[in-house]
Amino acid sequence: MSAPDYDPKQVSLLSPEQLSAALAAGLAGFAAARTLDELAAAKTAHLGGHAPVSLANREIGVLPPAARGDAGKRVNDVRRSLDSAFESRKGALEDERDARVLVEERVDVSLLPGTVLPGGRHPLTTLQERIADVFVAMGWEVAEGPEVEHEWFNFDALNMPADHPAREMQDTLWLAPEDSGVVLRTQTSPVQIRSLLARGLPCYVVAPGRVFRNDALDATHSPVFGQVEGLCVDEGITMAHLRGTLAHFAEATIGQGLETRLRPSYFPFTEPSAELDLQCFNCRGQAELQPCRVCSNEGWIELGGCGMVNPAVLIACGVDPERYSGFAFGMGLDRTLMFRHGITDIRDLYEGDQRFTLALGTEG
Amino acid sequence: MRVPLSWLKELVPDLTAAADEVAEALVRAGLEVEQVERHGDIANVVVGRVVDVEELTEFLPKKTIRFCHVDTGAGVREVVCGATNFAAGDLVPFALPGAVLPGGFEIATRRTYGRTSDGMICSAAELGLADSSHGILVLETGQLGENVVELLGLRDEVLDIAITPDRGYALSVRGVARETATAFDLAFHDPGLRETPAPDDDGYQVRLDDAGCDRFVARVVRGVDPNAPSPAWLQRRLALAGMRPISLAVDITNHVMLEMGQPLHAYDLATLQGPIVVRRAKAGERLTTLDGQDRALHPADLLITDDSGPIGLAGVMGGASTEISASTADVLVEAAHFTPSAITLTARRHRLPSEASKRFERGVDSALPSAAADLAVQLLVELGGGTAGPVTDNDQRTPPAAVRMPAGLPGRVAGLDYSREIVTHRLEQVGCRVSGEDILEVLPPSWRPDLTGPADLVEEVIRLEGYDAVPVALPTAPAGRGLTAGQRLRRTVARALASSGLVEVVMPPFVADELVEELGLAGYQPPRLLNPLSEEEALLRPALLPGLLTAVLRNVGRGLSDVAIYETGSVFRGSGTPVAEVPKTSQRPTDEELAALDGALPAQPRHAAVALAGNRAGRAVAVGDAVEVLLAAARAIGISLTISRGQDAPYHPGRCAVLLLDGEPIGTAGELHPRVVSHLGLPPRTVVGELDLDRLVRAAAEAGPAPAPVLSTYPPSSVDVALVVADDVLAADVEHRLREGAGELLEEVRLFDVFTGPQVGEGRVSLAYSLRFRAPDRTLTDAEVLAARDAAVAAAGALGAVLRGS
Repeated sequence: MSAPDYDPKQVSLLSPEQLSAALAAGLAGFAAARTLDELAAAKTAHLGGHAPVSLANREIGVLPPAARGDAGKRVNDVRRSLDSAFESRKGALEDERDARVLVEERVDVSLLPGTVLPGGRHPLTTLQERIADVFVAMGWEVAEGPEVEHEWFNFDALNMPADHPAREMQDTLWLAPEDSGVVLRTQTSPVQIRSLLARGLPCYVVAPGRVFRNDALDATHSPVFGQVEGLCVDEGITMAHLRGTLAHFAEATIGQGLETRLRPSYFPFTEPSAELDLQCFNCRGQAELQPCRVCSNEGWIELGGCGMVNPAVLIACGVDPERYSGFAFGMGLDRTLMFRHGITDIRDLYEGDQRFTLALGTEG
Repeated sequence: MRVPLSWLKELVPDLTAAADEVAEALVRAGLEVEQVERHGDIANVVVGRVVDVEELTEFLPKKTIRFCHVDTGAGVREVVCGATNFAAGDLVPFALPGAVLPGGFEIATRRTYGRTSDGMICSAAELGLADSSHGILVLETGQLGENVVELLGLRDEVLDIAITPDRGYALSVRGVARETATAFDLAFHDPGLRETPAPDDDGYQVRLDDAGCDRFVARVVRGVDPNAPSPAWLQRRLALAGMRPISLAVDITNHVMLEMGQPLHAYDLATLQGPIVVRRAKAGERLTTLDGQDRALHPADLLITDDSGPIGLAGVMGGASTEISASTADVLVEAAHFTPSAITLTARRHRLPSEASKRFERGVDSALPSAAADLAVQLLVELGGGTAGPVTDNDQRTPPAAVRMPAGLPGRVAGLDYSREIVTHRLEQVGCRVSGEDILEVLPPSWRPDLTGPADLVEEVIRLEGYDAVPVALPTAPAGRGLTAGQRLRRTVARALASSGLVEVVMPPFVADELVEELGLAGYQPPRLLNPLSEEEALLRPALLPGLLTAVLRNVGRGLSDVAIYETGSVFRGSGTPVAEVPKTSQRPTDEELAALDGALPAQPRHAAVALAGNRAGRAVAVGDAVEVLLAAARAIGISLTISRGQDAPYHPGRCAVLLLDGEPIGTAGELHPRVVSHLGLPPRTVVGELDLDRLVRAAAEAGPAPAPVLSTYPPSSVDVALVVADDVLAADVEHRLREGAGELLEEVRLFDVFTGPQVGEGRVSLAYSLRFRAPDRTLTDAEVLAARDAAVAAAGALGAVLRGS
C-alpha cells in the first residue's frame, strides 16, 4: 500500500462522517424552515455553492481516479436526499400558503356586480312565436296583415256583406269619418284573404296577430287581444285535415295529451263551421274533480272557431271552389295564455306592469 | 233563446231524456246550450186551507199583522202573516217548517209578534213564480196537503241556448224541438201545421208597396175583454222564457212568437185609419215608437203606415199611436214576413235590437204568418172572450229555388263516405224535399232560408251525422321556406332589447288628444275612431311613446321606482283615400281595386320603442341608456346606426339624439323635456327612444350575410390620444373622424376618459381615446403607427379638436 498522493485533510469533506453530518444538518434545516423565505435561506445554506455538499463535490477531482467513483456516489446520494427533502418541504409550505391565501380571498358570491340583467318578453309574443314555429315545422308559412284594415277584407270578402247579422256578433271599432270603410280588424281572418290574393295556391299559412273589439277592459275581456289564424287551401283538403291539424296544434302548444272536439257552429266564412273545444286541463271532465272553476263543469274549454272555407270566400279571392277546397281556423290566444301561466285577470296582460312580464322571462 | 223543457216536451211528446242529455244532444247538433237552469226545486210546500184569521190590532197603524190557523190536511198550524188579500176558507200554498224556498230561504218555527209562526203562507214570488207579487198566492183548486210544486207545475228546467245567426229557426221552441226530435229520432209535433181560415173579402185592407215585405196576414178579433188576465200557465211560461208578462194581448203575441218564431204585432183596431200600407219612409217622416222615443226616419226604413202616416217600424217596433191600451177591445193581429236586409239596417240605425228584429234579421219562416196569426186569434178568443173577425192574407212570395248538390259532396268535404241514402235522409230530417240520383235536387224548407248553396247542405249532413265521425288526418304542405328574413330579424331585435334588461309591454293602441298634443305627435295625423271605447282616448297611436309613458306611470304608481320597458308594434299615421265603392265579392278584385283598398288605409309601420326611469345598473338612467339599447338592438341584426344631435319634441333640446341609418334619420332617443315630465307627472329625467323597426329590419334583410373579417396574427400597437374639443361636439363625430383619418391600419378605437375642468378650458372637453393599430401582413413600425395616429388627429382637427397639452 502506498502513501496517498493527496492531502487527506483536504478531502476530509468527502469522508462518510462529514457527509452524514452535512445531510443531517440539511434535513434539520429544511424541516425547521417555517416559511418559504426561511426555506430559501436553508437551501442556500445546505444546497448552495458554499454548502458542504457542494464543497465536497469540488474535492472529488483531487482524489485518485480509483477513489472518485466511490466518493462521487456518496456525494450524489447526499445531494439527492437533500434535493428531495427541500422539494417536499417546499411543496408542503406552498400548500400551506395557498390554503391560507385562498381562505383569506373568500368573497360573498351572492353579492352581484349590479350590471344589467335580462328583461322579459311578453308571453303573448312568445306564444305567437311558439305557434308559428309549430306550423313552420309542418311546412306552413307565417303571413301578416295590417291591424287597421279595410272592411272589404275584414267583412265583405269573408262573406259578411253590410247587412249581415254576423257583423253584429263583433263589436267593431270604426275609423272616422263615418264612411271611411276602415276598421280596426276584429279578427285575424282578413289575413286569409290577403294570403289567398297575394300568395297563390296551394296556400298553407298561419297568422298570429292582434285584433280589436269594442269591449270594455275587465277581468275576462280586453278590447285588444291576440289571435292566431290558420288557412290551408289545396286540392283535396277535407274536414279530416282540419281535425288532424287542430289536434296537432293543440298538442304542440298546450300539450298534456288533452283531447279536442269539434262542435257545429256558425261563421260566415266557413261552411261547415265548428267551435274547437279543448278538454278542460283542470278537471278533464271528471266528476270527482268538479266543481271546476275553469270550465264551469262542462269538461271542455272553447279555444276558437274553424271550418271549411266557404266557397264564397274562395270566389272572392279568385280561387275555383270546384277544384280547390280548404279549411281555416282562428283561436284566441289570451285564454291559452291564461291556462299556460295561471293568469286570473286578463288586464295583467295589457296594463304594462313590468313585474308581470319579468316573472315570465324571455321565452314564456 | 230560453226554452223550458216542459214546453219542448209538448212538441216532442215522446221525449224522456233528462235536460242535461237534451242539452248535450243539442250542442252536438250545433245549438250552443250555455246552461241548464233548474226551477221549482222546492219541497214541503203543500196546499192548505185558511181556517180563521185574527187581526193583531196592537201593531196598527204601523203594520198590518194577521194571525191565522191553516189546515194542512195533516193538522192545523198557527201562522203569522203580513198579507191581507186572503180570507178564511181560501186555499193557499203553505210552506211547512223545514221547507227551503228559492234563494235558499229556509222556513222554521219561530216566535214573532208575540205569537208562534209554524210555517209560512207563500206569495207567487216566494215560490219563484214571478219576479215580484202583491200579497200571497190564493189557489183556485187543490187538495189539502197536496204538493204545490206538482199542482202548479213549478218544477221545470230551462235550456238557455245561444243561437248563431244562421239558425233563425231555432229562435223558437218549434225550431229547438225539431232539432231535439231529430237528435233523439222522435216524432215532432209541428205547431206550424194548422188548418187556417181562408182570407175573405172583408179582411182589413193591406197593401204591400215594397219588396221588403212579401207577406202580410192581418186578423181582426173583436170584443176582447181588456181586463182579462193572462192565465197562470201563460205568465209562468213567459217568465221561464225570460219575458215579463204584460197584458193578455201582448202576452199572447209573445207566446206565439216564442213557440213558433213568428213575431206578431197587435194594433188597437179603433185607432187605425184607413188601409195599412207597407212602404219605405219619406223624407222628414217621424214616428214615436212603443218605447216612447220620437224617431226621425231614414228613407231606407221599412214602415207600416195608415192614413195617419207611419204606425210602426216594420219588423222592429210598433208605434205608440196604435198601441193596445187598457181599454182596447178590438184588436188587429199582424203576422208579416219581412226580408232580413229590410230589417237589419233599420234596427241598427235606430239602435233598436228587439225580439222581432232579432228574428227577422236571421230569417223567419215565410209559410208561418197564417198559422201564427191563427194561434194568436184562437188564444184571444179562448182567454180574452173575443170573437174572430175577417181574415187578410196578402201573399206576394216567390217560390224558393232548389239547390243542386252532388250526392257525394258531403263525403268529399268530410273526408268520409256517406251513402246517398244517408245524405237524403239527413236532408229530409232538416225538412228538405230531395230528389235525383248522383246530383240531388234539394228544395229547402221554408224555415231554413239560410240553406242557399251546396256548402250549406253539406254542413247539415255532416253535423247530423256527427263531427266526431269525421276522421283525423294531417294535410301534406309543400316544402316551406320557414320564417321570412323580416320575421326572423324582428325576433332578434326583440330578444336584444330584452337582453338589454328591458321588459316588453303590450299596450292598447288608443290614445288621448291631449297626450298626442303634449308629446308633439299631432303632426303625424293619428287616425280618429268613430266609436271609441272611451271618448277620452279616441285616437290611434301615431307612435309607441304614449303607451309606453302610460305604462311608466302605471309602474311608478304601483311603487316601482326603476322602470325599463319596451314595446314593438304598429303605429298609425295619416289617412288614406276612401274607396267610393267596395269591390264585389263575386270574383277576384282587379289589381287596381286592391290597390285602392290598400290606399284607403293609414300608414302603419312597425316601430320599436323604449322607456327608462329611475336607476339602471346602480346609477340614474341617462340619455345614453336609451340610445345604447336601441343601438345594441340594431347591432344585433348587423346594422350600425350613427348618432347626431336632434331637437325634436318631446325631447329636452340639449339631450336628444337622432339615430341615423346610412345618414337618414330612423329614430330618436333622449331625455323627455322637463315640461313634459312635469305635466305628465313622470319621474324626473325619464328617457325614451323610438325607431322605425320596419326600415331597420328591411335594411338588415337587404344587407345580406355579413362579410367575415381577416384576422391578422401580427402584434398590435396601441397608442393613446387626448383630444380637446368644444363641448357641443359629439364624441361620436370625433370618433368617426379618427377612424376616417387613421385609415386601414386602425383596428379599434375606444374612448376611455372624458374630462372637463379648468385645465382644458371653459366650454371645452377632453376626450381620451385608445387607438389600436395592426397590419394584416407585418409587424408595424413605430413610425407607421405614429404616422397613422397623426393622420387620425389631423382628421379630428376638422372638428376643432387639438391634442391636449399642445
